[in-house]
Amino acid sequence: MKPDLFEAPDYYNLDELLTDEHKLVRDAAREWVKREVSPIIEEYAQKAEFPTQIINGLAEIGAFGPYIPMEYGGAGLDQISYGLIMQEIERGDSGVRSTASVQSSLVMYPIWKYGNEEQRQKYLPKLASGEWIGCFGLTEPDHGSNPGGMVTNFKDKGDHYLLNGAKMWISNAPFAQVAIVWAKDETGRIHGLIVERGMEGFTTPETHNKWSLRASATGELIFDNVKVPKENLLPNKSGLGAPLGCLDSARYGIAWGAIGAAMDCYDTALRYSKERMQFGKPIGQFQLQQKKLAEMITEITKAQLLTWRLGVLRNHGKATSAQISMAKRNNVDMAINIAREARQMLGGMGITGEYSIMRHSMNLESVITYEGTHDIHLLITGLDITGLNAFK
Amino acid sequence: MKILVCISHVPDTTSKINFTEENTKFDSNGVQFVINPNDEFGLTRAMWFKEKQGAEVTVVNVGTSETEPTLRKALAIGADGAIRINTPATNSFSVAKQLANVAKDGAYDLIIAGRESIDYNGGMVPGMLAALIDANFVNNCINLDVEGSDAKATREIDGGKETVSTTLPLVIGGQKGLVEESDLRIPNMRGIMMARKKPLTVVEANETSKETTSISFEKPTPKGAVKLVASDNIDELVNLLHNEAKVI
Ligand SMILES: Cc1cc2nc3c(=O)[nH]c(=O)nc-3n(C[C@H](O)[C@H](O)[C@H](O)COP(=O)(O)OP(=O)(O)OC[C@H]3O[C@@H](n4cnc5c(N)ncnc54)[C@H](O)[C@@H]3O)c2cc1C
Repeated sequence: MKPDLFEAPDYYNLDELLTDEHKLVRDAAREWVKREVSPIIEEYAQKAEFPTQIINGLAEIGAFGPYIPMEYGGAGLDQISYGLIMQEIERGDSGVRSTASVQSSLVMYPIWKYGNEEQRQKYLPKLASGEWIGCFGLTEPDHGSNPGGMVTNFKDKGDHYLLNGAKMWISNAPFAQVAIVWAKDETGRIHGLIVERGMEGFTTPETHNKWSLRASATGELIFDNVKVPKENLLPNKSGLGAPLGCLDSARYGIAWGAIGAAMDCYDTALRYSKERMQFGKPIGQFQLQQKKLAEMITEITKAQLLTWRLGVLRNHGKATSAQISMAKRNNVDMAINIAREARQMLGGMGITGEYSIMRHSMNLESVITYEGTHDIHLLITGLDITGLNAFK
Repeated sequence: MKILVCISHVPDTTSKINFTEENTKFDSNGVQFVINPNDEFGLTRAMWFKEKQGAEVTVVNVGTSETEPTLRKALAIGADGAIRINTPATNSFSVAKQLANVAKDGAYDLIIAGRESIDYNGGMVPGMLAALIDANFVNNCINLDVEGSDAKATREIDGGKETVSTTLPLVIGGQKGLVEESDLRIPNMRGIMMARKKPLTVVEANETSKETTSISFEKPTPKGAVKLVASDNIDELVNLLHNEAKVI
């Protein structure tokens, strides 16, 4: 793997829109990724293993629930800081960012927002410090884009709930201590349950042979008559809106994260284009290559502005789910296209793991699929602007 | 032990250097600023004294409000307090005089400066500062230990090292070796949160006379392309050196 020479593009001086603290948080994450993630990530992606040794460092840079209040072990930062941390981590690898997104937005967020005080005190500090890793079980084998159709369910047995069903494609599942599981009660209403590793009947087989997010562990959650204590039900919100609220937070982070992956591909291709000589010239001197680079930086700049504005809206509690869908869809698509173009600019070198581009390119195939596919986000925008529901 | 670490705020080493106003001013547009690397080695050594020997660490900078993010970073890394002397850092002697005022007021035992700052590379501030406050001075310092009021310092000399013993109050011009690159600290989230509550005191400069003033700056001429000559083609090499490079 080549040394990480990353220099972040900021074509419109967007740094001027950030506070000093935003920049401090971002630069710390950036330095940490250079030091701890870049040197090892290729090896872990190749061997399809999550690098557990970086969990501590992720916690230190605030990747686990940066916007969670300090009393629960979070950092009490704003949404732009959260976004910037996700951007920097995904600049390193989307798989590592996935672990941080799941922990922050899909595990800590619902405990903080939908849990009671005892649940917050019990789980949040350990999740913020990385002592516990969590996962989020919504998708099922037969219910992906349509999670409302889920069949995982629980029955009230007086002193406990009895949980049955299965979840699929769950990030962090193979090693998570805690799972936020979405399941229907006897009336068909969706609730969140906190399931802990070690509960009888609960297993988490790993999903093998992924060609994407290889440095992130994915697995199933299988519930075979699992007795869940009643105090493990998240009491303060139910219905499909509860998991969707978590997804809003995670998708927002992904919109930033995708910019990180795109920046890394662009920066690598730009540097390579000035060094690689063909026909007696650096390839960056050929118009076709300049077109690619110019379009990349244009798209990155547009995505940066979109996402910064979304961050301001979120800081004021005013970002709608549809606005978040637009940013997630646009930015991931932007990143995947940049990864493909950048890959071509490196010729054969772009095929090897010596450069990060092919890894980003493959990772982004998952990112464009999870947390709502590219199509589904388009339909959300369609519904929002026409008022006509294409899902039904 | 009270330690003062002098921090200068310099362009990142990867910055593109340009000048404006007919080459009289540095163009800071789009430039990222960082803690001067030599100072960062010193700050990291100071953190070691804080953690292992209970030292109290204050960082100081001579500069305008633009340098505050750099001081905040030093606070996030772990310094206890920061002082900014509110005047642009224009030349070594006036910077040294400003620092001397703060150093005297705070009665620091150890003052850690960088051997030179990587912007204007003057390399004079630490020595001048030591003279102004009448403290001992070790330059090019690559290792430092303190026991009570005795200090043992190692400095780099031509082709080797020299270890000296001295006493506090002491000023050092530090560099890599005080700690290694891998010891440098990235501010963690807790540090960033705590830095919010730490004092960053702004003091006015009490004298701003300029003994020297920059007239203009010039960049080195860019290096030309390299010509490779086959190892058995001595005639061509001699020809190029004689007729093209005109060095023989
Ligand atoms: C690596 C990885 C990690 C994941 N991690 C998690 C996790 O941690 N937790 C979790 O709960 N889930 C996770 N997922 C699951 C992910 O969210 C789902 O894969 C995703 O929602 C799509 O569901 P599906 O795979 O069942 O595809 P489907 O829903 O079957 O979609 C197949 C295709 O049909 C299209 N489609 C579906 N419905 C419509 C429609 N109404 N109109 C038009 N087109 C439509 C889709 O856009 C897609 O192109 C992960 C997935 C991956 C790959």
